[in-house]
Amino acid sequence: MRESEEKHYIARYTTLVVVWVALIVLTWLTVRVSGLGFGTLSILAPFLIASVKAFLVVDYFMHLKYERPFFKWILLVVLGMVVVVAWLVYEDVAYR
Amino acid sequence: MSIQESYLEAGPGSRLFSWIFSTDHKRIGLLYLMVIMSLFFAGVALGFLMRLELISRGPTIMEAQTYNSLFTLHGVIMIFLFIIPVTTSVFGNFMLPIMIGARDVAFPRLNLLSWWIFVAGAALALATLALGPADTGWTFYAPYSLRTGQYVSLAVFAVFVLGLSSILTGINMITTVHRLRAPGMTWHRLPLFVWAVYATAWILVIATPILGVNLLMVMAERFFHIGVFDPALGGDPILYQHLFWIYSHPAVYVMILPSLGVIAEIIPVFSRKIIFGYKAVAYSSIGIAAVGSLVWGHHMFVSGYSYTAGVIFSLFTFLVAIPSAVKVYNFVGTMYRGSIVVDTPFYFVLAFIYMFAIGGLTGVILGALSINIHLHDTYFVVAHFHYIKFGAAALGFFAALHYWFPKVFGRMYNRGFANLSLLVFFIGFNLLFMPMFVLGYEGMPRRYFDYLPQYASLQVLSVVGSWVLVLGLVMMFGNLIKGLLSGKPAPQNPWGAATLEWQIPSPPPRENFREIPEVQHSPYHFENVRRELD
Amino acid sequence: MSEGMERTAHRDYTGAKIGMWLFLFTEFFLFFAPVLLYTIYRFRYHEAFVASSHELDLATGSINTAILLTSSLTMAVAVSALQRERARLCLWMLGLTFALGAVFLANKYFEWAAKFSHGIYPGSDALAGGPPGQGIFYGLYFFLTGLHGLHVLAGMTLIGVMAVMVHKKRVSAADHVRLENTGLYWHLVDIVWIYLFPIFYLVR
Repeated sequence: MRESEEKHYIARYTTLVVVWVALIVLTWLTVRVSGLGFGTLSILAPFLIASVKAFLVVDYFMHLKYERPFFKWILLVVLGMVVVVAWLVYEDVAYR
Repeated sequence: MSIQESYLEAGPGSRLFSWIFSTDHKRIGLLYLMVIMSLFFAGVALGFLMRLELISRGPTIMEAQTYNSLFTLHGVIMIFLFIIPVTTSVFGNFMLPIMIGARDVAFPRLNLLSWWIFVAGAALALATLALGPADTGWTFYAPYSLRTGQYVSLAVFAVFVLGLSSILTGINMITTVHRLRAPGMTWHRLPLFVWAVYATAWILVIATPILGVNLLMVMAERFFHIGVFDPALGGDPILYQHLFWIYSHPAVYVMILPSLGVIAEIIPVFSRKIIFGYKAVAYSSIGIAAVGSLVWGHHMFVSGYSYTAGVIFSLFTFLVAIPSAVKVYNFVGTMYRGSIVVDTPFYFVLAFIYMFAIGGLTGVILGALSINIHLHDTYFVVAHFHYIKFGAAALGFFAALHYWFPKVFGRMYNRGFANLSLLVFFIGFNLLFMPMFVLGYEGMPRRYFDYLPQYASLQVLSVVGSWVLVLGLVMMFGNLIKGLLSGKPAPQNPWGAATLEWQIPSPPPRENFREIPEVQHSPYHFENVRRELD
Repeated sequence: MSEGMERTAHRDYTGAKIGMWLFLFTEFFLFFAPVLLYTIYRFRYHEAFVASSHELDLATGSINTAILLTSSLTMAVAVSALQRERARLCLWMLGLTFALGAVFLANKYFEWAAKFSHGIYPGSDALAGGPPGQGIFYGLYFFLTGLHGLHVLAGMTLIGVMAVMVHKKRVSAADHVRLENTGLYWHLVDIVWIYLFPIFYLVR
């Protein structure tokens, strides 16, 4: 089970820089949209953009896009857990 | 192989250092055993004193403040320093690598670090005993935990440190099972104990950090008044409870899953029959871990949170009983039409099934909203969780001790005396805890230093039970220690089991296997293995 | 025995990465819980959160975000460089990452100092006298950015150690998983900030 000769993904410098540019642009965008939407929904747009940024970092800087499926599955489990826990806590807080 | 050439023999240099700096998973397992059993007996002593105080009304041997500190420390020790880590860190460490055909865990040095962190956490927790133990209960509920003058921050920091140890162990176990299985050891040929520890490790990794940060926030509240849990600052103490139980409920599955795994190992061997429904038992471990992460709110039915949440959590609580029941059915189904060999580990199994049934079913009872209103924070709850955590989970650990003792130490203990000690323990346990169901139903609250006259007779019965129980424990461990010091050398495979640990000498050599085995089939076929004990 | 184990352990590249990813998930949950509390309190005390958020320096926050994103780039380049046996480029990139981390922390220090000098710190009279939402906003702000800052410090330490090991050729193209894992840790620190930035600086 031990592979000393594994093929490792090596990220291209250009790819990394392109992703970085996207991240900077998205950051600027986050600031721009933060005024939109009213009340508590105003968190939604920046949060969604933040998630896009996070996924760019995970996929390209952390190479998840090129990893074996196992890593993607455990990320899914983690995100699922987060969603379910938040949902259950909100079931309390929203209806008190 | 004689004891001289096994992992027990000290390496060059100081004997002590070769143990406490060893990266050998077997030695680390024993290091955990020594520390945890010492702490267990400290916890037993605390429980004994608590019971003694309650033999009569009013202050008997201590004042109320002391009593509050005792039950807090009893809980912290028994939960965080005994039942959560014990089976995973002792037998998970010792047996899991061997059972999958590996020479060690994935990260041996990290394993040693986990033990050292555990010792540090234990030292911190015991320090509070000397300095001024918390009186909040092991649950450290806000806002009292934010206000009380005792050493709460030190106590929660100790638990935080212990959580780190858990997390690192969990990471190690998951990676080990994924990466170090021997050739031919497919997932569906894994022994059920391995499945159980694997599921446990996932809970440790996912749930523990949430408790960790929750406790950090309690410390931040105490030192810096950040306000998140403090109603005086606009905070919500129920949120503390949510974060606390999001860990602490899955934690109870950490406590029971490895024990269920041990029982799943013992039953086929002593029924001389393959486990009934291997896949169901294996996947039920995962199912319990998964669904068990969704039920934490059943500790909070009367906290003041929303009724909607209560209904949802009650439903999930009923659902989580299903995979647990699957295991019990399959255990019994294995024994049915098997060729039962009645020996010490098998007696433990019988006791376990009884305890697990009572503990589990009373848990389902408590999961009903309407009933919970009457039973919450009463002795009924105390009885329920002692049946499941002590009667079942801890008993599973004791079963593991009696099952794997010959393998670990290369000696046999006196089985007749072990059986007797189990009987005494069993009688004492039921005398101690069964009356508590009635006390709780009749309204006696838990964590109370005093009680009304109508509860007196059952309290006294319970106290007497505690003495019998302690006698049983002394007999049991005295017997094991005697076996360790002067027991007869054990054969390689005394019980005639088919998992990989029984195919290597007792005690195992340092690198476990001369050659990594090539696994051909699942571990519960007994045609080619013979029982080697008389 | 341990010699043999260590040699084989080093060669289990995938195993080492699994271990690191699992550890990162625990860090993720560590930050998730207080952020969950944040969302609840933001709902409960929306006005106070908006007001307090305006009191934070958006420029510094945005610059710090850009700094960490850039440091993630330099970190990723460092890993690729070492995989291509460009040890010197790797060292330069590690140095840059470290420096960017230091600048981030310096900015945070100035931000916090400014707040303290205005009497805004957890448990201060100013906060105790104000609306509860304000106290909780700042309580969460200091707690989360403080916890994050500790992780930045830890990451910088790891990067420093890696730089030494790359320099000594103990970490190289043939055995670079420890550098990669350090990179993973650093990226997580970046991701946490990606979320902390909008939730504190952009409440409108």
